[in-house]
Amino acid sequence: MSNILIIAEHDGESLSVSTAKCVSCAHAIGGNIDIVVIGSGIESISAEAAALESVSSVIAIDAEHLSAPLAANWANEVTAIAADYSHLLGPSSTLGKDLMPRIAAVIGVNQVSDIMAVNTPTSFKRPIYAGNAIIDVDTPSGTTVVATVRIASWKAAALTGSGAVEVRGASAKAVEHTRFVGLTSGGGERPDLQSAQRVVSGGRGVGSEENFKVIYALADKLGAGVGASRAAVDAGYVPNDMQVGQTGKIISPDLYMAFGISGAIQHLTGIKDAGTIVAINKDSESPIFEIADIGLVGDLFTVIAELEKLLA
Amino acid sequence: MKILVGIKRVVDYNVRVRVLSDGSGVDTDGVKMSVNPFDEIALEEALRIREAGNAEEVIVISAGGDECQQQLRTGLAMGADRAIQIQTSEALQPLSTARAFLKIIEREEPGLVILGKQAIDDDNCQTGQMLAGLWNRPQATSVSVLELNGDSATVTREVDAGLETIEVDLPAVLTVDLRLNVPRFVKLPDIMKAKRKPLDVVSLDELGVAIEGNLEIGHHAPPPQREKGIMVEDAAQLVAELKNRGLI
Repeated sequence: MSNILIIAEHDGESLSVSTAKCVSCAHAIGGNIDIVVIGSGIESISAEAAALESVSSVIAIDAEHLSAPLAANWANEVTAIAADYSHLLGPSSTLGKDLMPRIAAVIGVNQVSDIMAVNTPTSFKRPIYAGNAIIDVDTPSGTTVVATVRIASWKAAALTGSGAVEVRGASAKAVEHTRFVGLTSGGGERPDLQSAQRVVSGGRGVGSEENFKVIYALADKLGAGVGASRAAVDAGYVPNDMQVGQTGKIISPDLYMAFGISGAIQHLTGIKDAGTIVAINKDSESPIFEIADIGLVGDLFTVIAELEKLLA
Repeated sequence: MKILVGIKRVVDYNVRVRVLSDGSGVDTDGVKMSVNPFDEIALEEALRIREAGNAEEVIVISAGGDECQQQLRTGLAMGADRAIQIQTSEALQPLSTARAFLKIIEREEPGLVILGKQAIDDDNCQTGQMLAGLWNRPQATSVSVLELNGDSATVTREVDAGLETIEVDLPAVLTVDLRLNVPRFVKLPDIMKAKRKPLDVVSLDELGVAIEGNLEIGHHAPPPQREKGIMVEDAAQLVAELKNRGLI
């Protein structure tokens, strides 16, 4: 039977929804599920993890030097307990992408990136070529499965669990070669892109940082998160953490509204899992209309102004 | 200081990749191949460091068959001083690539190893982190700002929550993100000059690296298609449609 360890993602205050999604992937694999929470002052985060559906135990590794998620420090803690497990799962977020391959290399296995679906406990589906092909990947028998879980492909596990929490100290000393300096958050108080039910997004067509205000205003009216195309981020209209696409965030809201986004393949990769895609663009030939569920050819500012009135 | 830059030969980013009808792979027949775009950014950064007088030599390395010499030559034309091809007939998975790169590191002793944050073909996003783990050195992934301060570097990383800044002692492995720089264009005289720059070939065997623990890559399927959508005429129709679907 599989013995699965999930590496929890958190911001020092609360557990990320990505961890609940990893739990759902673990359910599909089947077997015992433990979660390791690494950090400093992580009591309430560990309790949140223990409440996830059918989690048997939470290992809380609490030490001052683990407060920032430096891959070198966190990897040392995971590899110290990895031998007990058949599977090590982390989210395919910037945290998991940074951490999991380092763990895999030290253990001596290749990593399965971005699990979309589970065929068997050792066979998975994952996207390649920006999602233009979905492949089956089998891990060699008798080796530890180290994988990242494609968050947009999984629903969050329910909060019906009652796992035990075991608090431990760190196994390894702090690495001296890497030092955390700080984190600047780009986003404000709006819903997190990766868990928002609605997302309003703007592209190059929005034209400027100033013009993006209308996107924010509409998003606030809808209670939506705000995303952007790479073009809008590169042009400096919005910060990097709003980028949706192959190299940005892969998201799966119920409603995605794209304003002034032409729809490069790399952007479409990030929104294919959305429930309903709405595209507003003045160019009727834009590729975004090929995958939009509802398309509207027109000036985005006129459309937003009308939407504001209709939604008032 | 030497800087080692990884270069991967991939299907050009403008190509719309199609799955073969028998599911055995994707159609790469006659398709344009290029340097992985993130690797171009990695090389550009290395060249700028050298041009600023903070490195003496930039070495580009690639693992693959002789066809990857084409991409190494592109790297030389961009301005790298020399190239190393790790010759193998098999498409290497990240762990083997990292093991092979580590052998080159042991020979060359670079102060910095700069790679793209992911390759746009397999989208694995692993090699740099694996290399740092095997080498037991610092890693900084998704780097968008790099500042060298002698024996260490201050880097800004693009992370889901915003911008993270960390300091790493050298030698270190960096993987670069899109906004670090805009790579230069290669000029014709540079292409001519690149032909005379050294390109060493070393086999995986000579490096003492065995390919082990490969994941088995099976059936390839095209992605599920979304159903054809509808077009609406104006905002009022859009709102009606969204209400109809229970989305607002």
